[in-house]
Amino acid sequence: MAELTLFNRTELTMRLVAKLTHEEAVVGGIGNTNFDLFAAGHRPQNFYMLGSMGLAVPIALGVAIAQPERGVIALEGDGSILMSLGCLATIGTVRPRNLTIVIMDNGLYQITGKQVTATGTNTDIVAVARGVGLANSHWVRDHNHFDEMIARRFDEGGPVLLAAKIDDKPGAGQTPRDPALIRNRFMKGLGTGRGGALDG
Amino acid sequence: MNWSDTFLDVLKKNDVRLISYVPDNVLTPLIKGVTADNYFISVNATREDEAMGIVAGAWMGGMKGAVMMQTSGFAVAPNALASLLVPFQIPAILVISERGTLGEFNIGQVAVAKIMRPILDTLSVEHHTLTDEAKLGFIVDSSIKQAVTTQSPVAFILSPLLTGGNPVAHAKLSA
Ligand SMILES: Cc1ncc(C[n+]2csc(CCOP(=O)(O)OP(=O)(O)O)c2C)c(N)n1
Repeated sequence: MAELTLFNRTELTMRLVAKLTHEEAVVGGIGNTNFDLFAAGHRPQNFYMLGSMGLAVPIALGVAIAQPERGVIALEGDGSILMSLGCLATIGTVRPRNLTIVIMDNGLYQITGKQVTATGTNTDIVAVARGVGLANSHWVRDHNHFDEMIARRFDEGGPVLLAAKIDDKPGAGQTPRDPALIRNRFMKGLGTGRGGALDG
Repeated sequence: MNWSDTFLDVLKKNDVRLISYVPDNVLTPLIKGVTADNYFISVNATREDEAMGIVAGAWMGGMKGAVMMQTSGFAVAPNALASLLVPFQIPAILVISERGTLGEFNIGQVAVAKIMRPILDTLSVEHHTLTDEAKLGFIVDSSIKQAVTTQSPVAFILSPLLTGGNPVAHAKLSA
């Protein structure tokens, strides 16, 4: 592996959100990834997953299938994607052009007490993704590289997987644990909700 | 019509386009029907909870979907039900081919068949066991509409009385 910048999740998530100009949907995984997404500023197109560890990428795949014209981004931790490696193979089959997966790889289950994951020892998640046919999978080298990959049109060269080595810091915010509110707001943001029916 | 054509017909009438599945022998006619028909988008998932995640995302994106699985596949997925579909109020349609009863040879399937309905009941997920092609249309159509209106998942359990069961199991039992 070439020299990689060691990123901070909070900072990288803010950088990502600042680049979004087309109402892209963003699905944050369990714990820190959705805490940092929440902390990066409230967007109606954000979905904060609670509980169902490993399902952020499948949820994003579903959104990408239903709305092929919208860019969809999944933010997931290394421990979480390790729980669901199979979904990468599914994405290798479906090949949604509008899906981008960002893996925040601290080599740890940070939120449960910093236990080491298999990416911290023996697993290269980009190699795994390439192995299931996601040829457009990359380690993020530096900030410019990240900006370039995120600034591309989401229907070009997708699906894309970006993995960033990050430090061991916790997430910056705390999502409200209100699934109905989260889902309603997200659907309103995607133009699919009943939201609006009760607005003035 | 046979049961699988009737079932797919009702899905279509209710705009259920996305079908994500982990295969099973008994589901074969449904999966064949789905993959042969351009109306449907079929996604062969690697796990049942993954399939539930895909269908949840699609629902929020404006597309209705169903997950097809075997009885033992259902047992992989209670966490996705309890922490995603139920609390986020996602009307996912779960289609479960029933193994473990009426002529089962595999003791593992029998145990899972016993926990399936209690799990659905505990989570207050509406479920119907389909035994008869003549009643299938009404049950599935009205329950999908109810699921969407009440924003809750619904499960259809395909009994061997409907499907004829698993041919492999029958062969083993009579060998
Ligand atoms: C199915 C399931 N297993 C275990 C847990 C407990 N758990 C919650 S978060 C987490 C660690 C997530 O690790 P990672 O995705 O790497 O994110 P990080 O905490 O490092 O940011 C674990 C094990 C859970 N919530 N659900």
